Amino acid sequence: MIEIENVHKSFGALKVLKGIDLTVDKGEVVSVIGGSGSGKSTLLTCINGLEPIDEGRILVDGTEVHARSTDLNKLRRKIGIVFQQFNAFPHLTVLENVTLAPRKVKGMGRKEAEEIAVRQLEHVGLGDKIKVYPSRLSGGQQQRMAIARALAMSPDYMLFDEVTSALDPQLVGEVLDTLKLLADGGMTMICVTHEMRFAREVSDRVAFFDQGVMAEIGPPEQIFGEAKNEATRKFLSSVR
Amino acid sequence: MFNYTFQWRQAFRALPEMLEGALYTMQIAVLSMIIGIAIAVILAVGRNSSSRWLRAPATAWVEVARNTPALFQIYMAHFGLGSFGIYLSPYVALLAGITFNNAGYLCETFRGALRAIPDTQMRAGRSLGMGPAKAFRLIVMPQMFRIAFLPTMNQMVWAILMTSLGVTVGMAIDLTGVTQALNARTFRTFEFFAMAAIIYYLITKAVMLASRLVAWRLFRY
Repeated sequence: MIEIENVHKSFGALKVLKGIDLTVDKGEVVSVIGGSGSGKSTLLTCINGLEPIDEGRILVDGTEVHARSTDLNKLRRKIGIVFQQFNAFPHLTVLENVTLAPRKVKGMGRKEAEEIAVRQLEHVGLGDKIKVYPSRLSGGQQQRMAIARALAMSPDYMLFDEVTSALDPQLVGEVLDTLKLLADGGMTMICVTHEMRFAREVSDRVAFFDQGVMAEIGPPEQIFGEAKNEATRKFLSSVR
Repeated sequence: MFNYTFQWRQAFRALPEMLEGALYTMQIAVLSMIIGIAIAVILAVGRNSSSRWLRAPATAWVEVARNTPALFQIYMAHFGLGSFGIYLSPYVALLAGITFNNAGYLCETFRGALRAIPDTQMRAGRSLGMGPAKAFRLIVMPQMFRIAFLPTMNQMVWAILMTSLGVTVGMAIDLTGVTQALNARTFRTFEFFAMAAIIYYLITKAVMLASRLVAWRLFRY
């Protein structure tokens, strides 16, 4: 379970998060939508401790992320994150990209790590690309590799930060299909996304962020059907 | 106008002796590169550090190494330190001088290479549960070495050629030292130095060729 309690975060004078409260249960898929600069992506990087927070706290399975005593490297093993920019490691083959963390962080043997990696890569449809370098992959393939890389650590939670935003339109579908597959498999996910159809079809709940505040949260039918909040309605009418 | 008669036979007879000198030349160049690279990595981290106490000495090193003649740096290691009662043999002084120069230049090469790698690579490594040192070693460093590889090999060539300055601090066993001794003995200046020049040329060519091969083998991406 991820519990976010009254989280505040600023970059210099700019207040990015102004008191966010959100609880995500095991197995739940929560999509976060909202305009750019609304703090959606920042929230994700706070959840896995890549960014410090100014106020409030975030608990992952009861462990406080930003507590001094927390071993972040250990905590991050169970929180996978995939970024808008795929961040493939260019000097490693697809297979090595995926086996790196299981081997060097978890201390897994090469054979075992490769078995897991191949399974994950086949799962995302890259079973025939394991020997090539990322520079030979399309954006969509690189992004699916990044997803396989995060999954190879067998995380309990997956955070997706606008994973389709840097892709050509015709490549968006293949990545979203991968995400759907994952959601159907029962993965706990928080997806920051601009794909409204995806948010509507896959999420258990949809949260709308507006200027650092979670303006509204509810099941997709509510958000997309009868949003209570004026800002939500305005945003949705602008993206449709 | 020309009444100089070439006597190449004498020069060819001295070839084994000169090649032995070339081995010392290579030895000093390789050692100065290995130590230089190690120091350069530390200097590069120091120059990028937020602490002034790390940045200042690293910057001073780079400034002096890059903006004064290599000859002075070798002189300083031999005669300069001698003024303070620290006596380095010609071999050690030459090695120290070239290492000092290498470290300064390579620091900037590495720093440039580091800058070319996006921060997001480090972030991606950290988000997979790697500590900062591990992420740097496994993800950033290999990419840095690829970008820096050919400039580093250029520095290697430069280091080989710099060893010839050792003759000014009494270095007698490297290629230039040996050549100088032969010259003093025989006065066949042109022949011996022409031979030495050809040997230097062949060595540096071989180094560049080998480094291309290594790069081709190593950097498949």
